[in-house]
Amino acid sequence: MKNEPPTFSAPLAAHGLPITDHCSLITADCSRLRRHLRCLYFLLLTFLFTLPASAHVQQGEAAGFVTGFRHPWSGFDHILAMIAVGIWGAQLRAPAIWLLPVTFPIVMAFGGFLGLVGVHLPGVEFGIAASALLLGVMVCLEARPKLIWAAVLVGIFGLYHGHAHGTELPPGQSGMLYSMGFVVATGCLHAVGIGLGLVHPLPAGRWALRAAGACIAMMGLFFLWRAFP
Amino acid sequence: MKRRWLPITAMALLSVPGLAQAHLVTTGMGPVYDGIGHLLSSPEELVAALGLSLYAGLRGATAGRRTMFLLPLAWFVAGLAGSMVRSVPAFPVTALSFLVIGLLVATDLRLPAKAVVAIVVLIGFVDGFFNGAALKQGAGTPGLLGILAILFVLVALASALVVSLNKPWTRIAVRVVGSWIAASGLLLLGWSLR
Repeated sequence: MKNEPPTFSAPLAAHGLPITDHCSLITADCSRLRRHLRCLYFLLLTFLFTLPASAHVQQGEAAGFVTGFRHPWSGFDHILAMIAVGIWGAQLRAPAIWLLPVTFPIVMAFGGFLGLVGVHLPGVEFGIAASALLLGVMVCLEARPKLIWAAVLVGIFGLYHGHAHGTELPPGQSGMLYSMGFVVATGCLHAVGIGLGLVHPLPAGRWALRAAGACIAMMGLFFLWRAFP
Repeated sequence: MKRRWLPITAMALLSVPGLAQAHLVTTGMGPVYDGIGHLLSSPEELVAALGLSLYAGLRGATAGRRTMFLLPLAWFVAGLAGSMVRSVPAFPVTALSFLVIGLLVATDLRLPAKAVVAIVVLIGFVDGFFNGAALKQGAGTPGLLGILAILFVLVALASALVVSLNKPWTRIAVRVVGSWIAASGLLLLGWSLR
């Protein structure tokens, strides 16, 4: 028995580790890997052999959602302001963290509604630039005003963003799907901000968020400078 | 050994796909499936039905069960009525439906059970009426039956999902979806008034 060559499981046994458990773990990992590879293979095949869907082309509806979804991502001022709202909500914690994402889309859409029915809002460009600046400052200083004041501030900026961005429908596309895409994309930007804000409880994360707020404020200052004729 | 045939079969199937033709009446499977396809490919109707399901789910299992039966029924009856009229008035029904439903979900308004039922039936009637008028040229009454069936399934799944949510943040996520629906409705109202 002493002259038997060492087996694969011998080192595990020498360290007092349960051989069976390790083997089953390795087998499970292998089968999981195989399953993932198979999924990847099917996914690649699906992408290789698909044809463009021509549904709703006549009304421009498919393009309407995509255009609306892409629109908020095309303006850096909008991106920064929405992410700042999310981060600030996360810094303020409950109930602001859920109140702001629920109320902001409705207020922003109200701004878009005002723009669509022809109600003039003075200084839209300045309002948008100021939103990035002030929200950046709020994040940087980790300001904690009363919830009502935070909601009012964010609501005013939401009006400006909705007024400026919610009314830019390219011709021939569905207004409904454009609106849905626009609102969903704005919600996603909030989610990105909230996601970033989740690092707030960490000591380094807290300072990182304040630094991000300072960067947003600097960019807002740049937008404000550019808004002047 | 049999698994090795799977990629080959998949490749064979994927190499001959058809073009998606949503909203075309001739799906090739009959008017009932045309009605199902119509609802699933019409966001103005699908979102309204899902929004009502979310609200019913937020209001609890009893409201969800009532909505599951009453919404498809109201939709069907009003659809029959809509298919009999010659013309329908121009009315921003989708925008107002989205706005009302979205606000109900976003605010998680605690209404009495009878009021919830009344809202569900009213919105079902209005949306169904316009839906029936639109389907008059296409799938007709069998199409409405298809819509009835798919509405039952959608409401059952969506409201049951919301009823099963226990963690507070999941209910807030539902309310965020409601705010998105309301915001879309508000913008849509602006487009229709422009």
